[in-house]
Amino acid sequence: MKIERLKTDLLIIGGGTAGCYAAITVASNAAGKNTAENKGAGVQDAAGLKILVVEKANIKRSGCLAAGVNALNAYITEGRTPRDYVEYAKKDADGIVREDLLYSISEKFNEVTAHLERLGLVILKDKDGKYVTRGNRNIKINGENIKPILAAAVAKAPNVQVLNHVNIFDFSVHDNRIDGAFGFGIENDTFYAIEARAVIIATGGAAGLYRPNNPGFSRHKMWYPPFNTGAGYAMGIRHGAEMTTFEMRFIALRCKDTIAPTGTLAQGVGAKQVNALGEVYETKYGISTSERVYGTVAENLEGRGPCYLRTVGITPEQEESLLKAYLNMAPSQTIRWIENDTPSKANVEIEGTEPYIVGGHTASGYWVDTKRATTIVGLYAAGDVAGGAPQKYVTGALAEGEIAAKSAVEYIQSKVAEHAEATIKEGEIENHIAEIEKFLGKQGGNTAEARSESVERLEEEMQAAMDAYAGGIKTGYRYSENQLAVALKEIEKIEARVGDLHADDLQEVMYIYELKERLTVCKSVIAHLAARHETRWHSFAENTDYPEKDNERFRKYVNSRLENGKIKIILRELTTEGQRNYEHHH
Amino acid sequence: MSIIIDQGKCIGCGRCHDVCPGTLIKINENKKAFIKYPKDCWGCTSCIKECPVHAISFFLGEDIGGKGCKVHTEKVKGEKNDIVRWFFELNDGSVKTIDIDPKESNKY
Ligand SMILES: Cc1cc2nc3c(=O)[nH]c(=O)nc-3n(C[C@H](O)[C@H](O)[C@H](O)COP(=O)(O)OP(=O)(O)OC[C@H]3O[C@@H](n4cnc5c(N)ncnc54)[C@H](O)[C@@H]3O)c2cc1C
Ligand code: SF4
Ligand code: SF4
Repeated sequence: MKIERLKTDLLIIGGGTAGCYAAITVASNAAGKNTAENKGAGVQDAAGLKILVVEKANIKRSGCLAAGVNALNAYITEGRTPRDYVEYAKKDADGIVREDLLYSISEKFNEVTAHLERLGLVILKDKDGKYVTRGNRNIKINGENIKPILAAAVAKAPNVQVLNHVNIFDFSVHDNRIDGAFGFGIENDTFYAIEARAVIIATGGAAGLYRPNNPGFSRHKMWYPPFNTGAGYAMGIRHGAEMTTFEMRFIALRCKDTIAPTGTLAQGVGAKQVNALGEVYETKYGISTSERVYGTVAENLEGRGPCYLRTVGITPEQEESLLKAYLNMAPSQTIRWIENDTPSKANVEIEGTEPYIVGGHTASGYWVDTKRATTIVGLYAAGDVAGGAPQKYVTGALAEGEIAAKSAVEYIQSKVAEHAEATIKEGEIENHIAEIEKFLGKQGGNTAEARSESVERLEEEMQAAMDAYAGGIKTGYRYSENQLAVALKEIEKIEARVGDLHADDLQEVMYIYELKERLTVCKSVIAHLAARHETRWHSFAENTDYPEKDNERFRKYVNSRLENGKIKIILRELTTEGQRNYEHHH
Repeated sequence: MSIIIDQGKCIGCGRCHDVCPGTLIKINENKKAFIKYPKDCWGCTSCIKECPVHAISFFLGEDIGGKGCKVHTEKVKGEKNDIVRWFFELNDGSVKTIDIDPKESNKY
């Protein structure tokens, strides 16, 4: 294995939506001026700073946007204000949001959208040249190529360097200040020790913690990218960063089997949710994101399933548009329709997915201040990895990328003198390499049992434990304290077996590290689920020991921090109505 | 659900490898692409859209209702600009196509 030491001013980990936009934000041309396309988002005086984006895949199609998106779900439409958006997100999460964070992204939704259009995104317009809206907060786009558009803008920035196919697995933190990160090239047999003056973490959320809908051959036919394994959360947790609201899991209501989104059917052709008896049930349970999932779960539990979106009877034109719309964002669904009955002939069955941890939809993630600084000095978080601001979506991830980038540059420029040089010691590199080589060198361990140990098997056991004991699909997303205790024991047992795993190359070493990341995140999820002694959000956190909401004790953020190897729960007061700024008190 | 690469058609350009968000596709010594981890495929279809010779197709898998249909895309000249044509090769040998104009936004 080769060893490469790199030095940069700003390190961006994860070249997805938020990571690419953070890079574009600090992009500047050689003259120190922002390029025309970047007008509005750039940080003028960032010229001269070296930016390094490190991505485990290739930024052209990595992360959530790989397949393209169908709409921008967060936009301030005519007659609405950012305040309306904050209110909507707050209501949907039953109060457990950070108003300051929501405000700061809501104010930027339209700006970043205009910027995307300048970069080449196609946005549907009416005769008067106004964006066509879908509902109160969405605008319609042709988003198939949204990721290549962002990647091309990154490539144009002379001060931004991109390392593709390099997986970051650990931060370098000294005295609670970040000064770099460690990674390895999954295809070039190289270990990377990267020193940086500030770091933005933008690795997205975590999929694959729970047993998925289709655990067999199509196990990765899931909503959230299976390659977002919670690396950013895990690295932060291990270094003692404060995390928030991991108990607010996200469960999507999806088309059965293909896990394609349902919103386009509901909003596009007005399809209503009906049970097996043909009764419209959605109004019975409420319309918040979690109540919609819960309604379908409850109908099934009470024997009125399966549930469907009623599409029978739509016009041939509507059907044609649906087939096309799904090709652009979830082609599996179009194939399914073509191979089986089309939506005008058969209603579309729906089901809930396995739970994900994703800060762009719910509020789980790093506990950040308004500038997106985490509790580790010099580390900023943006996108699905950052907590407190649900309903962020694409435009919110872009906005957070911009905010985090500006804050990181400000930090670099203000604290430069305080930064010690060459902070990563040789010994630290050696320790990491020794661990990697242990996995590469093992010929399957000594005992017969260890020899047959595989990442796949351990991952399945982890998912089965979470499914059965930490509120997965199996239990209708419900859990009790006793079950959670079993889940934790199981996860710890699996963790103890990771050391026996063997890898043939660095890509397989990455699979081992991904498993470790997921196990770390699972433990935090379990601790958070156990700490919220109430049921505030049906399905997302359905605690059978405490089936009611308890405003007196739990209108609070449930936060956590690893202290001496133990997860410590911290209950924090909510930000006050209209609060625009929040600072950490170290 | 996963992809199939027709090595007879593959010219070894490596573009599918570059765009896979899971880095699941590799190029062998004979400069032919193959999917090393088929069960890890997310079904995002990035590789299919990127292949210049349409060597990659996508299928659903029986466990999620697939019946053997293979799907790929080709870029074809439209009236004003290039359009994306999706080909659905069905089990009975018939082929269905759907055209998508990238310059037009979705109706829904
Ligand atoms: C299928 C799907 C459809 C969606 N549709 C819409 C829509 O229509 N409209 C809308 O507004 N929103 C939509 N969203 C939500 C939106 O896309 C996301 O919230 C947003 O893109 C998240 O951005 P992010 O930067 O946090 O994550 P990502 O864009 O996923 O970026 C994370 C990046 O980090 C990389 N990475 C992960 N771990 C590591 C590591 N250890 N080392 C290096 N790199 C790493 C990943 O490869 C990835 O490139 C959708 C999401 C999904 C999953
Ligand atoms: S469909 Fe997507 S995940 Fe599957 S091999 Fe192709 S690029 Fe990779
Ligand atoms: S993109 Fe097509 S031609 Fe190029 S390597 Fe992949 S399969 Fe072969």
